[in-house]
Amino acid sequence: MSQTDIGHERPSLWQATIGWTFVSPFLVIFLVFTAIPAVIALIYSFTDIGVADIRHPLDVHFTYFETFARVLTNAGFLKSLVTTGIFVVVGVPLTMAIGLALALALNSGIKRLRATYRAAFYLPVITNIVAAAVIWQYAFTLRGPVNTFLAELGLQGPNWLGNPNMAITTVILLTAWRNVGTCMVLFLAGLQAIPGDVHEAAAIDGASARKRFLYITLPLLKPATLLVTVLMTVSYMNIFDEPYLLTKGGPLGATRSVALWVYEQFGHGNIAAAMAGSYVMLIIVALLGILQLRMLRTSQ
Amino acid sequence: MNEERTAGSLALYGILTLVAAVMLLPFAWVFFGAFKSQAEILAAPGAWLPESFTDFSNFVELFTHRQFGTYLGNSLIVSTLTVVSNLFFSALAGYALAKIPFRGRGFVFGCIIAAMMIPYIALFVPSFFIIVQMGLLNTLFAIFLPIAVMPIGVFIMRQFALSVPNELLEAARLDGAGEFRIFFTIFLPLVGPALATVAIITFLNSWNYFLWPLIVAQNQDIFTLPVGLAVASQGAKSTEFGLLLSGAIIVLLPVLVLFLFLQRYFVRGIAATGLK
Repeated sequence: MSQTDIGHERPSLWQATIGWTFVSPFLVIFLVFTAIPAVIALIYSFTDIGVADIRHPLDVHFTYFETFARVLTNAGFLKSLVTTGIFVVVGVPLTMAIGLALALALNSGIKRLRATYRAAFYLPVITNIVAAAVIWQYAFTLRGPVNTFLAELGLQGPNWLGNPNMAITTVILLTAWRNVGTCMVLFLAGLQAIPGDVHEAAAIDGASARKRFLYITLPLLKPATLLVTVLMTVSYMNIFDEPYLLTKGGPLGATRSVALWVYEQFGHGNIAAAMAGSYVMLIIVALLGILQLRMLRTSQ
Repeated sequence: MNEERTAGSLALYGILTLVAAVMLLPFAWVFFGAFKSQAEILAAPGAWLPESFTDFSNFVELFTHRQFGTYLGNSLIVSTLTVVSNLFFSALAGYALAKIPFRGRGFVFGCIIAAMMIPYIALFVPSFFIIVQMGLLNTLFAIFLPIAVMPIGVFIMRQFALSVPNELLEAARLDGAGEFRIFFTIFLPLVGPALATVAIITFLNSWNYFLWPLIVAQNQDIFTLPVGLAVASQGAKSTEFGLLLSGAIIVLLPVLVLFLFLQRYFVRGIAATGLK
């Protein structure tokens, strides 16, 4: 009897020990590869650290806001901010609109092949980005399959990867292709949470399909919409793989995102600039994230 | 009314099929292109289909002269380590966060959310410093270590663990079972679907992991498949597309096969968390 009592009322110190032991592997990795790097990046953003200092990281000089000032007045960095802005402003609405349209179509009562369509739309999400970029490079070369197809329609295909504006378009196409499935799944989950009788009641009252969409579906879909907006904004803000692999940031720096600029500074040994640049980005992402989450919370 | 509905749904099926075809087109390009010879790739206008689907010379070349065997082995090692480590440690952490009352759980949960939110691009430079200081640069361990316990895995396990009935665990505690025994004999058997979801998400993440291995693997012997393919594609001439597309297939195939068989776990993972 006494044994069961001990079993039930173990001192909370014991439970705390077990609890912290169980979460410690996660915490150690979090500390070493997230928390400490975040602090290091902030501290070194205020120094003149270069590639030569990597093995002697304590041997640097504090230059305070010099690095930030240099980064924020750097033409390349500012241009990469604008480019990233274009990716976000064009890419996010495009990806979300297609994702929403597909979710609506799949939720409109069709029974057959529903799972097959969903799988087809979702497949690009799990596609390896390097492989996808290789396929894109092949498909969008001057005489690749895309332009061959356009030629069969009697159209002159553009130089997709060689012309700055077309290169941005191609990068956005690749990114959208890989993100539409995520939007679709999340929108679909949101749509399925809307009770069917709300629609039925409105239909009986004579509301048209368009009105039902505008005044019932869209408002009830707001939480899902905001979640997708946050996710897509963050992923387009941090865009690196697609422009790095497809265009190397070119032509003429037209597709160089902030993340790619940071990576290049790191490659050139401008460690302090890379860290300061990534911190500017981190702050922008955090502010946008907080703003969007606020909207999410007030809407619920 | 009925005819209208039939016509409408036919149109819907038509549009859905068209969009699906466009979305799947890249997979057709890669499968057709991988079997094309240099001459076929360069031909203009190019044919849709390769002349032969049994010409595996591109694949043979990759494995015999381009070290793709090494890359494949490295990718398999890193992914296996990652999945096993994440399954075990995220289940442990998820169980503790959901089922063991202790002070500081809220703080740990905050760390999970923070780790999922912080953009990776802000962390890779200092993380590189840390790996250098640890003397792990250019090792497979350096690739694996930062993703050994992913926050998304802990998050999923915690959410799922919350739904495990307390009565079962309490009964075991009354019988005097320790937390480790409860974890292994009662908790783990109950959370199979969550483990499957975590296994798939962490496999996908490690298999598709690109920027970090690109930075810490500086020697060809340590390259994973995506890094090897990216490096090959950057030094490549346009004549080598057949080869590169074959490489792309090697990278894609394991994930495609898994997806075919375990689709619901993939979709469940993303729908449950709203994260990739």
